[in-house]
Amino acid sequence: MNVVLFVFLTTFLASAVEAIEMVTIVVGVGATRGWRSTVIGAAAGFAVLAAIVLILGAALSVIPIGGVRLVVGTLLLIFGLQWLRKGIVRVAARGFAGIREAHLDEGAEWTRPEMDWTAFVVAFKGVLLEGLEVAFVVVSFGASANQLGVAVVGGVSAVVLIGGIGLGIHRLVVRIPRSVLQLVVGVLLTTFGSFWALEGMGIDWPLGDGAIIGLLILYGVTALSYIALERRRVLRLSPGT
Amino acid sequence: MIMDRVVSGVIGFGRFWYEFIIGDDWTIAATVVVGLVVTAVLKSSGIVAWWLVPVLVVAIVGVSLRRESRTHH
Repeated sequence: MNVVLFVFLTTFLASAVEAIEMVTIVVGVGATRGWRSTVIGAAAGFAVLAAIVLILGAALSVIPIGGVRLVVGTLLLIFGLQWLRKGIVRVAARGFAGIREAHLDEGAEWTRPEMDWTAFVVAFKGVLLEGLEVAFVVVSFGASANQLGVAVVGGVSAVVLIGGIGLGIHRLVVRIPRSVLQLVVGVLLTTFGSFWALEGMGIDWPLGDGAIIGLLILYGVTALSYIALERRRVLRLSPGT
Repeated sequence: MIMDRVVSGVIGFGRFWYEFIIGDDWTIAATVVVGLVVTAVLKSSGIVAWWLVPVLVVAIVGVSLRRESRTHH
């Protein structure tokens, strides 16, 4: 139950972080160039992402779980640390602020009947580039926890939810505190990356799976401490503000 | 034309993995790899080693943040 919850939460939040960028790009292009080619481009991007998830998921499911956890845990740990670091810097600098709106200079609205390839390519690349890292996180996280289905549901739910919000109220999406989400996902990925990488090496954690909670607390407190230190440093550098 | 696309695809694939693993600070990935290797060595010597990676994680985040603030300063 707890594993399922953690897998869903982590993949949902990780996907939400990238979906915010994805949706601002797609909605920005759709609003300026027209929707038909934009939606086809975004759909093509999602189709490629789905194929990657299927192929990678099938490949990881035939490898022994110990090997998967060592390799995937190491990659998740490295990736999680990068998001943790970025999250600390951004939350320290901007707090709970959302992202800047995408101002895409894509020219006038396309009114001709044929395909608008500019809108197609921008939407396609926006979805694919923003989604590639998350596709890897979803598959690897799901495979390591033996919960690939839950991980995919978590990832897709976030994209559907943020996409729905984006289509309904675009300005609400850019207000979602993406840096805070990135920080939380960084803590979660670093926690599970540490746990799985060492478990894959045959290391016994004290308290078994209970060590995950200990790691979460350690990395959470570490993140909060570094945010406080970063804030103090920023204030020292700009005493007038 | 097809060759160009293949080359561009391979470069894009390599760039993705570079960004994924190395990112903004290569020392993070290097520290993780060194930490895991040392952990394996300690384990093979019969020494309890689960604590090493968490300690290195806490340390490398601080070192990386400090380095970035110095660079910006």
